[in-house]
Amino acid sequence: MKFFDLYRKDRWPHMFCPGCGIGTAMNCFFRAFAESRLNQDKTVFVSGIGCSGRIPSYILADSLHTTHGRPIAFAGGIKLANPELKVVVFTGDGDLGAIGGNHFINGCRRNIDLTVICINNYIYGMTGGQVSTTTPFGYYTSTTPYGNKEYPFDLSEVAVAAGANYVTRWTTYHVKSLTKSIKKALVKDGFSFVEIVSQCPTQFGRRNDMISARQVFEWLKKNSVLHKKAHTLVEDHLDLNLMGKITVGEFVERNREAYTKVIGVRK
Amino acid sequence: MQGNEACVEGALYVGCKFFAGYPITPATEITERMAWRMHEMGGVSIQLEDEIASIAAIIGASWTGTKAMTATSGPGFSLMQENLGYACMTETPIVIVNVQRGGPSTGQPTKASQGDVMQTRWGSHGDYETIVLAPNSVQEMFDLTIEAFNLSEKYRVPTIVLSDADIGHMRGKFTVSEDIKFIDRKYCTKHVEHNAFICDEGLVPEFPKFGQGHRVHITGLTHDVSGYPKTTDPEIHAKLVSRLVKKIRNHSNEISRTEILNPKADTILVTYGSPSNSVFEVLSENHNIGLFRLITLWPFPETEMKQIAKTAKHILVLEMNLGQIYWEVERIARQAGCQKVELFSKIGGEIHKPDEIIKRLKNEVL
Repeated sequence: MKFFDLYRKDRWPHMFCPGCGIGTAMNCFFRAFAESRLNQDKTVFVSGIGCSGRIPSYILADSLHTTHGRPIAFAGGIKLANPELKVVVFTGDGDLGAIGGNHFINGCRRNIDLTVICINNYIYGMTGGQVSTTTPFGYYTSTTPYGNKEYPFDLSEVAVAAGANYVTRWTTYHVKSLTKSIKKALVKDGFSFVEIVSQCPTQFGRRNDMISARQVFEWLKKNSVLHKKAHTLVEDHLDLNLMGKITVGEFVERNREAYTKVIGVRK
Repeated sequence: MQGNEACVEGALYVGCKFFAGYPITPATEITERMAWRMHEMGGVSIQLEDEIASIAAIIGASWTGTKAMTATSGPGFSLMQENLGYACMTETPIVIVNVQRGGPSTGQPTKASQGDVMQTRWGSHGDYETIVLAPNSVQEMFDLTIEAFNLSEKYRVPTIVLSDADIGHMRGKFTVSEDIKFIDRKYCTKHVEHNAFICDEGLVPEFPKFGQGHRVHITGLTHDVSGYPKTTDPEIHAKLVSRLVKKIRNHSNEISRTEILNPKADTILVTYGSPSNSVFEVLSENHNIGLFRLITLWPFPETEMKQIAKTAKHILVLEMNLGQIYWEVERIARQAGCQKVELFSKIGGEIHKPDEIIKRLKNEVL
């Protein structure tokens, strides 16, 4: 299978804005999927609501576009009822960090064999640019006209603390490392979490003096620091999520046996 | 066995292989019994982080072609409304058992009520139809759970077993009839990638289960027959949602079940669930009173109700709420010519006692 075969071409043109990072995320994913030699007819793509939620509708495979914040719960049901299926979840920072936070942390803890990919663009893109649980402190959104006064979640660190088997974060700038990590996540047993920090020029960049996609992209690049390196720095909080840098890399790799295997699902 | 336990056995008997739930009084026994019995039957039972996740998981499971169920009570059922609508929109067969307790809010956890009757029909946003069955005994907890699976599979619609704390915790015997029917959803035989929701005059599309290479896209957004989102075309929306409603309403005569005694009596007691047990006692000593017991609440058995109301002079509706099914009965009965349609409410957790019913009727017929 070539990576392009995974596109649902009859759905073109797609609905994403010019400059959106989802295109990069999808290309990296498709490349990783094709290189992993997985079977698209034995893979189910699940998503919630938001821009990221629309990704599965452009993938040529069985897909379930569910309710806001719930894709991990739906995906768990699919995997447990038919463990032969590979189940991949596409979600966003609003879907995962806010309305679906409970399913996210319990999903990490429960360790069902799922690959969860979160497109984190720091904003509610589809509804017009409202503040999200990952919007950096001080940044502007349509619901924080005086700047965001809340401190953001670091989704990857949450996943590590909640017990996910594999946690990695890259930005849309780091395409090679991202592709490599997605491949790893796809074959990893148990709950694996891939956070892709992505540009949203339309809703996030525009309000924060970064009019073009390129400017947001450069900003992501400039503020990224390798996770390993970050640990040697003396800053209090190192990731951009807490007014520091975006730490990227692989955060944890555990080998807890997947829930599906622990309970010995019979089929 | 308890009603709740009989419900579990009914589900397993009809081939339920996936259960997800969250503990809640007075439905917890279902989740507990499922935890060990499902394992014996080779299926999966899981306790999730909340009721939202529970209904989400059974919908996911159902898309792999697995019969799936969840159980809860009012507060949990409220949380499930979002994905109940999703199951209607995506035409996913699932069974939800709601063992009702007193509400609103956390209300009376250990007490019975019939306060969720309208919620089963109107609780989620938008237009839709569900099927709702109301058991009144341990036997019916077993039988109607099976029936709920059959109907849910046949019409690809969420089906609700609307029990209550009294029926759920009631202990009794049940027998397993030899002629129990099992209905499975019709699976797609052909590749349906672009026609996932195409259907004949039966209005129920064949089911393209995941993992068979159909490559279907399933969404809660308004979609056309391809399954792809088409959210701004008024005609597509009207066509889809009308079909979701019609596939149940058009088959209402096949779905609806009632128990009717003395249909020509002047006085008819309309009842369902727990209070019907008191009504039976009243009837055993008062042969001039008629009974109209709803086994199916929704779709409402309108044809049978009309028939009864043509000759009845007085219809008394007994409910453990302040009037829910009553409005449906009143509307239909008045149209059919019966002008005296009254409500006998009882809330607080106790069922109408036989002598209370007799007292209420005393000036009328006795």
